[in-house]
Amino acid sequence: MSDAQQHRIWHLGADIDTDVLAPGHAMKHGLDVLAQHCLESVLPQFATQVQPGDVIVAGPNFGIGSSREQAAQVLVHLGIAAVIAPSYSGLFFRNAFNVGLLLLTCPSSQRFQDQTTVKLNIAQQQLQLSDGSSFPCEPIPDFLLQMVQAGGLLARLKKLRALPSLV
Amino acid sequence: MTAQTLAQKLIARAAGRSHVAVGEILTCRVDLAMFHDSSGPRRLKPMLEELKAEIWDKSKVVLVMDHYVPEQDDEARKIVRIARDWAREQSLPHVYDSQGICHVVLPQKGHVRPGMFCVGGDSHSPTGGAFGAYMFGIGSTEMLGVCVTGEIWLRVPQTIQMHWQGELQKGVMAKDMMLQMIGRFGMNGGQYQAVEFTGETVRALSMQERMTLCNMSAELGAQTGLVAPDATTQTWLQRAGVAAEDISHWHSDADADAIRHDFDATALTPQVAAPHSPANTKSVSAYLGTKLQVAYIGACTGAKLEDLRAAASVLKGKKIASGTRLMVAPASMLDQEAAQREGVMQILQQAGAEVFATACGACAGYGGSVPEGSTVISSTARNFKGRMGAATAQVYLASPYTVAASALRGCITDPREVLV
Repeated sequence: MSDAQQHRIWHLGADIDTDVLAPGHAMKHGLDVLAQHCLESVLPQFATQVQPGDVIVAGPNFGIGSSREQAAQVLVHLGIAAVIAPSYSGLFFRNAFNVGLLLLTCPSSQRFQDQTTVKLNIAQQQLQLSDGSSFPCEPIPDFLLQMVQAGGLLARLKKLRALPSLV
Repeated sequence: MTAQTLAQKLIARAAGRSHVAVGEILTCRVDLAMFHDSSGPRRLKPMLEELKAEIWDKSKVVLVMDHYVPEQDDEARKIVRIARDWAREQSLPHVYDSQGICHVVLPQKGHVRPGMFCVGGDSHSPTGGAFGAYMFGIGSTEMLGVCVTGEIWLRVPQTIQMHWQGELQKGVMAKDMMLQMIGRFGMNGGQYQAVEFTGETVRALSMQERMTLCNMSAELGAQTGLVAPDATTQTWLQRAGVAAEDISHWHSDADADAIRHDFDATALTPQVAAPHSPANTKSVSAYLGTKLQVAYIGACTGAKLEDLRAAASVLKGKKIASGTRLMVAPASMLDQEAAQREGVMQILQQAGAEVFATACGACAGYGGSVPEGSTVISSTARNFKGRMGAATAQVYLASPYTVAASALRGCITDPREVLV
C-alpha cells in the first residue's frame, strides 16, 4: 500500500458490532462464505460491491461485542486496507492487529464522506482527503504496527520460531 | 509501599513484579487458557500445525463444548468432530463436552481461583473475575500465541470501581444492576479498562449473581470485571472441591488510585434494554405492555440455578399467557440437575416452559433461533440486530424475574407486581 493510493470510503455509523460484521448464523462456514454476509443487516450491497483497497470509515465503538476474530478477518478477506474510526472495542482492536487488519484511530473521521477517497500515510499516521486536508491519527505502538504490516500474529510467530535465538 | 488496585495486584503477580503502573505494557504468564468448540480446535489445530508447535502446558488448558452442541446440521457436526478428535489426539486433560456453557462450567470444576491470571476464547470470559481472578476474552489467533508461548501482553488498565450501597428490592437482581450501568456508561464506557464491583450490595450477592455482573462487563466494553474474593467466595469454592487459600492480598488497597462511580441499590427498579443494544436501557415501566411472542431464559448470563429459581418464584402454580413461548435452556448440567432436585424445573414446565439443551443455544444464534418478526424478551447479554438468529426479531433484555413475569402476561411486565 503506497501513500499515494486513493482508497474509496465506505461510511458506516456508530456501534458497528461483531454480529453485524460476522453474523452468528454464518459462523459455522468458512471465511469465503462468512464474508458474503459481512454487514448485510446494515449495508446489504457491501459484500458484493467492496473492492480490495477500499477503507471503512465508521463512528465510535467499532467492533463491539464478541471475541470472534472472524469479524476482523472478513474485512481482511474482502481486501479492506484499513478501518478509520474515533474508537474501537479493545478486544476487537487486538484481534484486528493479530489478523493483519490495520485500525486507525482518528477523532475527526465523521466528516469523511461516503464514496469519496482518502490517502493513508502510515509512516506519519496521517490521513489526507482529496481536498488536501490532513488529519492525524493516534500513534500505534511500534510492535503492533510492525506486526500488522507483517500480516499479523501468526506471521510474527512463524518468524520468531524460524530464528530460535530470538525466542 | 505503593497502593495497588486488585487488577494491578493480579497483573503484577502474573508479570513477576511487586507492583505495576497504569499504562505500562508488559507480558504476563497465563495460568489458565479456556476455549470452546467455536473458538478453539477448529481454529487452533491448523495454526499449530503450520507453526509445528505444541501447546505450552496442557494442564493449563480447558476445552468446553458449548456452542455447536447439540449438533444441528452437517457443519456443526464437522466442527464438533474436529474438536473431539483434536482433544483426543492432544490428550487434553480438561475437556467438558455438552456439560454446559464454558463460563459456568469452568468455576464449577474448580478451574478459576482467586489470584489467577486467565484468558478465554470468548468475550464473556470476564465471568471468571467474580472469583477474584484476572480473566478476559481473546480471539483465536491471540489464543494461538498463548498456547505457543504461555504468555500474553497487556497494557495495565485503570480501575473503574462501580460502588453499590443499600439493599436490592425484592424482584431486582444483579442483571438489573448491570443493565443500569450499561445504560449509563454505554457499550464502550468501560474503555477496555478493569471494572471492579464494590460496596455492600455486591458483598451481599451470591457467587452466581456476582458472575452475572462480571459476565456483562463485556457489554460495558471493559477488559475484565472483578469482585474481590471474600468468605462467600471461599464457601463456594470449598463446595466445588477447591482447597481454601489465603485471599487476604486480593483486594484493592483503600488508597489505590481508581475512578469511582456510586450507585444506590434501594432505588433500583427492574431494567429492560430495548432493541438493539444493551445500552438502550430504561426502567421496565417505560416498556410495560409491549406484546411479545417469545420469552427466553438461557445463556451464561441468565440461566444459572439462581436465575431459574427467580423465574420459578414468579411462575409457581401459574401458566404463561397463550400465544407466548417460554424457552428455558439451563446454563449447565449441574444447574439443571439442582433445579430438578428442588422442583424448579417442574414449576417451569408446568407453567408451560419448553426445556432446551444446556448450551449457548439461541443466545448467539448458533444453535436454535427465535422466529423472524417476533418480539422477544431474553435473560441473555446481547440484543444486537440479528444476534438471536433472526434479522427481524426485536429483542429486549431483562432479568429472569422480568422475563418470567412477561411470559406470564404475554407482554413486558414488572415482576414486582406479580411476585408474592
